[in-house]
Amino acid sequence: MPEVRIPTMLRPAVGGAATVEADGATVGEIVGQLVARYPDLAGQVVTEDGTLHRFVNVYVNDDDIRYLSKLDTKVGEGDTVSILPAVAGGAV
Amino acid sequence: MLRLGRTAYAEILAHCWAGLPLEACGLLGGTTTGPAATDDADATICYPTANLAESARVYTVDPKGHLRADRDAERRGLTLIGVFHSHTHTAAYPSPTDVAQAPDPTWHYVLVSLADDAPVVRSYRIVEGNIAEESVVLLSR
Repeated sequence: MPEVRIPTMLRPAVGGAATVEADGATVGEIVGQLVARYPDLAGQVVTEDGTLHRFVNVYVNDDDIRYLSKLDTKVGEGDTVSILPAVAGGAV
Repeated sequence: MLRLGRTAYAEILAHCWAGLPLEACGLLGGTTTGPAATDDADATICYPTANLAESARVYTVDPKGHLRADRDAERRGLTLIGVFHSHTHTAAYPSPTDVAQAPDPTWHYVLVSLADDAPVVRSYRIVEGNIAEESVVLLSR
């Protein structure tokens, strides 16, 4: 089953775990299953209109899904899905 | 309190100077006593990253560098406990942009001001828009 790495900011929503397992053939299916299991994740990774939240980056293994098929990106049995916050700011 | 490894501290300053005239940024790996704003952290590893914004006024941590840092920290049994970036012409205090875009209330936000000859390094917790400065102590190594 694919492993999903959870960033520290979202760990409270999944009971504190750094990684969870989730079944699904695509990133979208996996996130959907996680939200069903952990309702506090709703709106944190995928927006209400069903697109990837702009404040997170999601990878399948080493690849940013924005440059693949976004939420339709395929995920295999042994793959790792990593969710990381987008980190930005500045002097203004 | 943020306890900062001396090597990490030196690498933070070197990366910020090397980035001039643009803002520089990177992530910090280490350990933390817990997620609350009152918890302390030891930052022992500096992960310099590219500033994708390539700007003197804003920064975006290169997501690829973020992923590499996250994996490396995990291999070492550490976690990413915060982020640092430089302000090239302003004080080492979080800007409205920094506060609005602070992704993680458990993180330590290190600001490096290069506005004067000597760099100024300060650290903050940013929780729900509230800024609280914390003390920075250098570790022996």
